[in-house]
Amino acid sequence: MKRFVPMLLAAIVGWVMVVAFFAPPLRSWQQTAEEWFQVIAAISLLYGCSNLVLHHLKKVSDQESGWGYSVVTIAAFLITSVVGMLKLGVSPAENAARHPWSGAYMEEGSVFWWIYEYAMSPLVSTMFALLAFYVASAAFRAFRAKNTEAIVLLVTAFIVLLGRTYDGTVLTSFLPDWLSGLTIPGMTMTIMSVFNTAGQRAIMIGIALGVAATSLRILLLQDRSYLGSGD
Amino acid sequence: MNGQRVLEWLNALDRRWIFVAIFVAVSIPVLTQATFPEKPTLLTQRMFDRIDALEPGSRILLAFDYDPNSAAELDPMATAVLRHACLKRLKVYAVTLWPTGAPLMDRKLQQVVEEEFKDQKYEYGKDYVNLGYAPGEAIAAKLLAADISAARDSDVRGNPLGTLPIMEGVKGAKDMSMIVSLSAGFPGLKEWIQYAGTPYRIPIAGGCTGVAAPQLYPYFPNQMFGLMAAIKGAAEYEAAVLAAYPETKDLPVRGIRRMGPQLFGHRVVIGLIVLGNVLHFWNRRRTGR
Repeated sequence: MKRFVPMLLAAIVGWVMVVAFFAPPLRSWQQTAEEWFQVIAAISLLYGCSNLVLHHLKKVSDQESGWGYSVVTIAAFLITSVVGMLKLGVSPAENAARHPWSGAYMEEGSVFWWIYEYAMSPLVSTMFALLAFYVASAAFRAFRAKNTEAIVLLVTAFIVLLGRTYDGTVLTSFLPDWLSGLTIPGMTMTIMSVFNTAGQRAIMIGIALGVAATSLRILLLQDRSYLGSGD
Repeated sequence: MNGQRVLEWLNALDRRWIFVAIFVAVSIPVLTQATFPEKPTLLTQRMFDRIDALEPGSRILLAFDYDPNSAAELDPMATAVLRHACLKRLKVYAVTLWPTGAPLMDRKLQQVVEEEFKDQKYEYGKDYVNLGYAPGEAIAAKLLAADISAARDSDVRGNPLGTLPIMEGVKGAKDMSMIVSLSAGFPGLKEWIQYAGTPYRIPIAGGCTGVAAPQLYPYFPNQMFGLMAAIKGAAEYEAAVLAAYPETKDLPVRGIRRMGPQLFGHRVVIGLIVLGNVLHFWNRRRTGR
């Protein structure tokens, strides 16, 4: 029963979505299901947050390796949540001046905004920026012409790397317009829109078939993998 | 130091030298503010032309589906598209499917609509609106397309949507001329195409990070009429706006500026690949394998 009821609910909602696609009078049911999804997503967020805290509290209490990072995670989570929920530093909204909590939690100048602007934003930007250094290092060590496939990959990478900069334009600028397909930007375009697109479409069709098969199993109450392994 | 010793030194090169090379290469164009001419590619030009062909007052849903991670690539796109929308006097409905995208969207509207075009009397609630963060990922995109009120009942300032003049005659994005999504991943441009654009036949275009671009090419041109791919896409769009509206020449063009560091960075990466392969063949000859 513990597994059957969720599976049945999922199947019913799935059938509503499928049938409503072909039967316009049922579209309101479809929209209701979509609105429910938002509510369920909000509840699952709460569940996820509590799971995060419990997981890291356990690591701290067991003093597992790296438990100090868990302390930082819990502290950051609690501070951000409390500051956001209490709307610290937020002034009331213009149209509800008598209600102190009516302003937007992300209002410029608020404590939550400050955390976003001066802690989260620089930290995640820095993490992303570091990629450039590691990509360059990996290009030096791993991008070697070891066999035919690697040579093809190497040549393609060269063309695309050049084609995405001004160098690519300059190097083949002597070619007349009717040979524009042979310029480096032209070849880059061909690689992206022909070879890449063909490969991507094949992957997408494969994924879509897999999704369709899994969806059918859910609709027919045959798939229970999405419920997790524990009973 | 003879050639043999140089090759041996390079063979055991500490990767921190590579980090220094990248740092120096990227710093040069940043410090000199070097810029290079950009010619829009087909995908960017199509997007520009389609937006440019809209009548003043046309409605456009602009989705800021990114966070600070990818702001370096997508912020210049947002500026260029918003600037173009203001120049065309389009009605802009800004929304984000990313909770961490809301402050970026807020700031961008402030920078472009409220500061760059402050003399144009672009009025909040009448000419543009900030719908804020719509939770629900792909489903939110679907709800926004069909019925905005099902996804958001008020804007970020707490105004009920029904009280805003810009919402008159608009139920969902299906009543708009197009959707433009600036996307850093999931949920983003792909979900807008799958859940809003294709089912409701809403024209869609957008911008994406470099790594996401290959996955989006298959949607062009039937399900997506244009795409700004990575910082180059942003620079190309800025170039197209500059060419069509010379009066914007004094406004900042961060996409074009960032192509300088990209050019120098790519040069270093190409140089490193060549060097790595020279070492590879030298090692093979030396070891006889």
